[in-house]
Amino acid sequence: MKITRKDFLRLSGLSVLAAGAVRTFEAAKAAGQSAIRPLRGSGGAPRKQLAMAIDLRKCRQRPGCDLCMKACRDAHNVPVIADPRHEVKWIWNAPFAEVFPLEQSAYTERNYTGSPLPVLCNHCDEPACVRVCPTGATWKRSEDGIVMMDWHRCIGCKYCMVACPYEARSFNFVDPRPYIEHINSDFPTRSMGVVEKCNFCAERLAAGKQPACVEACPANAIAFGDSSDPNSPVCLALSASFSLRRKPELGTGPNVHSIV
Amino acid sequence: MRDRVWIYSGLAVFVAVLTCPFWYALARAHAASRPPQLVLPANQTQCVAPVSFMRASHMQMLLDWREDVVRRDDHRFVAYDGKIYQKSLTRTCLGCHSKQQFCDRCHAYTGVSGPYCWDCHNDPRHLAAGVTPEAQSMRAGGFDRTQSMLSHFPKLTTSSPTSRQPEQTAAGRTP
Repeated sequence: MKITRKDFLRLSGLSVLAAGAVRTFEAAKAAGQSAIRPLRGSGGAPRKQLAMAIDLRKCRQRPGCDLCMKACRDAHNVPVIADPRHEVKWIWNAPFAEVFPLEQSAYTERNYTGSPLPVLCNHCDEPACVRVCPTGATWKRSEDGIVMMDWHRCIGCKYCMVACPYEARSFNFVDPRPYIEHINSDFPTRSMGVVEKCNFCAERLAAGKQPACVEACPANAIAFGDSSDPNSPVCLALSASFSLRRKPELGTGPNVHSIV
Repeated sequence: MRDRVWIYSGLAVFVAVLTCPFWYALARAHAASRPPQLVLPANQTQCVAPVSFMRASHMQMLLDWREDVVRRDDHRFVAYDGKIYQKSLTRTCLGCHSKQQFCDRCHAYTGVSGPYCWDCHNDPRHLAAGVTPEAQSMRAGGFDRTQSMLSHFPKLTTSSPTSRQPEQTAAGRTP
């Protein structure tokens, strides 16, 4: 069969059009899937994600309580530096207006002045800090969703601190060791020039223990567990009460909930 | 030729002065050629790997352990003889060895000025004696940048190095 020049051009044009149409269709299909993301645990294998729920109603009963923060400092050799420019924070108290700026009112101000409001790293679903880290020193652990840090790899560029909308990361501007009251030899300290933050007590979880703050709370105000498991303490606590997350509108998917 | 004595003695002094760096280096090399006196653990006879391997590759093994523990949450080390150890510098290595009498002595002898493990990792024996590792290193001339800060904490600078526990009383290996 002889093919004319006209037929050849016609066929070529049609093939290009067909290929383009298939690709467009596939892209549209993928976009449609990602736009409506299924709830975690529904559809496909549930992905484990550790989460925390802090019952602020119980915290309000104990003004001035800082046992969770103290336990964290002792477990992880977190220095106590008075100068706010050099402060190192893993779990700390923040004013309500700063934690939930859109929810503040005269009543929240009255209720939360002087009472503890612990905040910590949210171990986000989409951690901004991980996206920006140039060395891979911070990453989201696939087994349990903890946003981990490798202090050996941190070059101290502080990009993650800029990216984190929760100010959950601190930089060691000075050598932290002199500011640690009792060094826990089981856990390393950090050196000057390294960023650090809460690690959801990954080292304690590896030993089968609960996080230090959860264990230290005398009121059992902190529930911890896998948010993909409906029977975990954190899911039970969250399904029983109303809770807030910090700045969920940013799309980071924070995993620390405050029961107000 | 009445000055012969002066000329020859002057020449001898000149040659001696000229060659004194060589004599000095030779003398030093002779003194330093003694191998370091390493204190071996009293409570164990076998390390996590054969001595020849540890001598040559302990640094690579520590790096591997570090990657496994930090990156892969893998804390279990199966030794060549089937024994199981925890991948931990503080618990496993320092559970037997003394940093001061083992690590430091050999590193000083071989002129390994690093490694900076101890900027962050702790030596439990020294902490028990109230001395932070860097306070100890500072006496050896390192970590100058912390000197001024440590002056606010007399506890860290006044402890005597002799108050630490002897090697023999070291805690046993953590499984």
